[in-house]
Amino acid sequence: MMNSNEIIDDIANKEYEFGFTTDIEMDIAPPGLNEDIIRFISAKKNEPEWLLEWRLKGFAAFKKMQFPKWQHFEMPELDLQALSYYAAPKKKKQLNSLDEVDPELLATFEKLGIPLNEQKALTGVAVDAVFDSVSVATTFKGKLKEMGVIFCSFGEAVQEYPDLVKKYLGTVVPHSDNIFAALNSAVFSDGSFTYIPKGVRCPMELSTYFRINAQNTGQFERTLIVADEGSYVSYLEGCTAPMRDENQLHAAVVELVALDHAEIKYSTVQNWYPGDKDGKGGIYNFVTKRGICKGNASKISWTQVETGSAITWKYPSVILQGDYSEGEFYSVAVVRNKQIADTGTKIHHIGKGTKSRIISKGISAGRGDNSYRGLVAVGPRADNARNFTQCDSLLIGNDCGSHTFPYIESRNKTAMIEHEATTSKIGEDQIFYLNARGIDTEKAVALIVNGYVKEVLNQLPMEFAVEAQKLLSITLEGSVG
Amino acid sequence: MLTIKNLHAEVEGKQILKGINLEIGKGETHAIMGPNGSGKSSLASVLAGRDNYTVTEGEVWFNGKNLLDLSPEDRAREGVFLAFQYPVEIPGVSNLNFLKTALNEIRTYKGLPAIEGRDFLKLTKEKQQLVDFNANLMNRSLNEGFSGGEKKRNEIFQLAMLDPQLAILDETDSGLDIDALRIVSNGVNKLRDAEKSFVVITHYQRLLEYIVPDFVHVLYNGRIIKTGTKELALELEERGYDWLKEELHLKEA
Ligand SMILES: Nc1ncnc2c1ncn2[C@@H]1O[C@H](COP(=O)(O)OP(=O)(O)OP(=O)(O)O)[C@@H](O)[C@H]1O
Ligand SMILES: [Mg+2]
Repeated sequence: MMNSNEIIDDIANKEYEFGFTTDIEMDIAPPGLNEDIIRFISAKKNEPEWLLEWRLKGFAAFKKMQFPKWQHFEMPELDLQALSYYAAPKKKKQLNSLDEVDPELLATFEKLGIPLNEQKALTGVAVDAVFDSVSVATTFKGKLKEMGVIFCSFGEAVQEYPDLVKKYLGTVVPHSDNIFAALNSAVFSDGSFTYIPKGVRCPMELSTYFRINAQNTGQFERTLIVADEGSYVSYLEGCTAPMRDENQLHAAVVELVALDHAEIKYSTVQNWYPGDKDGKGGIYNFVTKRGICKGNASKISWTQVETGSAITWKYPSVILQGDYSEGEFYSVAVVRNKQIADTGTKIHHIGKGTKSRIISKGISAGRGDNSYRGLVAVGPRADNARNFTQCDSLLIGNDCGSHTFPYIESRNKTAMIEHEATTSKIGEDQIFYLNARGIDTEKAVALIVNGYVKEVLNQLPMEFAVEAQKLLSITLEGSVG
Repeated sequence: MLTIKNLHAEVEGKQILKGINLEIGKGETHAIMGPNGSGKSSLASVLAGRDNYTVTEGEVWFNGKNLLDLSPEDRAREGVFLAFQYPVEIPGVSNLNFLKTALNEIRTYKGLPAIEGRDFLKLTKEKQQLVDFNANLMNRSLNEGFSGGEKKRNEIFQLAMLDPQLAILDETDSGLDIDALRIVSNGVNKLRDAEKSFVVITHYQRLLEYIVPDFVHVLYNGRIIKTGTKELALELEERGYDWLKEELHLKEA
């Protein structure tokens, strides 16, 4: 019979399931960050002049900025000049159908459980697969198009729907928003674009799957989702990366725009490579995600399940501009080994009668360090704004940490802001109690953790809730000591 | 069914059990009494497999298996059940979901298929009535915010659901009101049969009027210093433990 320490060691040494690499011919630009590479990327992608200008403005902003210092972890050294800013699977010509996608790539996604073949694909889910920053395939495009839904790679949108892109790009996360957003604006390679026309309820889940494969590259995608008046869309993002000893930077930007009475549900199941048990390697997940409820009575809801990455650093936010608009943030962030998470949300109540709800569940195991950071800001016009925040931390073992940094800025007396926080620990006596009823330690932890995160997982589309639940139990296996 | 031979155990480097010998046959009910801190809960913990206790000497056999070799969960699956003196609260885990998981783990171990949802609900209803357990408590988080008595009754409800061969009740009577004591005891009595054995740890003779034991043992300072029948409990109620302690000192002197 293994004692708990042996179980811990066993699991800590367990390999990250998605850590394989794909051998494929790549176009990779030489390392270095400068105007030339930006022009190179823009030219490679055959972009219009205005977009190149926009990228260059982003780069100019980037050069004036410094890495922030307020975060609750030591900023790792990032040598941005050592990275390559363009990596794409070589392809001979324009692809006309999925059959023309490199079989090696299809196999990679199949191995990750994301079949791109429409016959095999999950029914009711359309997938845009992004491999090293380049969209390789989008499923069910035709079917969606019949309803007027645009769901394609960012690059394709620039070519096919330049007016839409130009109208909304950078309107939620400006090119100078923060240093990583500025960097992304300058060098973003591809990503996903979605437009839901007026009054359309998107009939399937839209999903982007990000895969980092190449070495010494950064991953910089942009996602832009526009939900026109009275429309609805549920969007899901997933991600994995091979195990590498070097850290890799992922600095994506996601912008959401909801017009009058529109609703966007954006869910993330983040499982980037977290590094090994000593904290070597892993992804730096420094992402800017923001949505604007531009229209009246619109709604944006973020749900995130963060289990991977060496460092997760992001605050999916909502600007509640329209009157009676609503913002939600549901989060589960798990850290173990030496992982770090500094995550949370910002909700800006601008319109009157706006409502927001924040449910954050942090889980810390091993020597992981988990911080919740959240801002609820209520502007002078936001009469009767309401916020409810529930922020819980669960500790597993004695060497992990959890911190809560709630900020409230209210400039309207009619606002009602509620904040609740709890910290609990999975105790040995709880585990023993379950053991004594025939439940082994791993199942016991899973049972407790599932109970703890239920409220958040319930927000995910069903198939993904099940996936997320599995991912959580795998992530936490053996972390009780 | 259960044979304990010369069992010694320590916790935090402190010797707590100092040579326990006990033989429990099928269908028997044994009561264990003894002053506070004498080692009653420790014995229960060692039998259930709590890992902060280290067995330093002795053996425990359960239905021909070396119990000390088994993990706590396997002991439970083999049919050992401990009703805790202090049941813990587990927020977020619903009582029913917990029970279903436990039941299915035990069934899987025995090579049985998982119980069907409908059968599970039927069983729940039946057992809930048997031990008169408040149905509202079944849907709440496991023991969270339960009153002391409700926690104890939940232990008995779990006992009824999991149907073990050997049930160890650690002061299940303390914290129960007079009616609850009767109800819980009746429930336990209904569960008693020729195949099942019970170890009832208690301070009060009153419980033993309801659950009549075949044997009464007195545990003192990590050893069983006296064994008798239910009359012994009456005598203890009247005279306390001092006379036994004196007898022991005389013997040892
Ligand atoms: N974790 C521990 N560390 C140190 N001492 C312990 C620990 N657990 C139990 N003990 C000690 O072991 C002795 C026996 O405790 P135990 O709980 O078995 O007594 P008990 O007979 O059940 O008493 P009560 O009638 O009060 O329930 C006590 O002196 C107690 O303080
Ligand atoms: Mg006790």
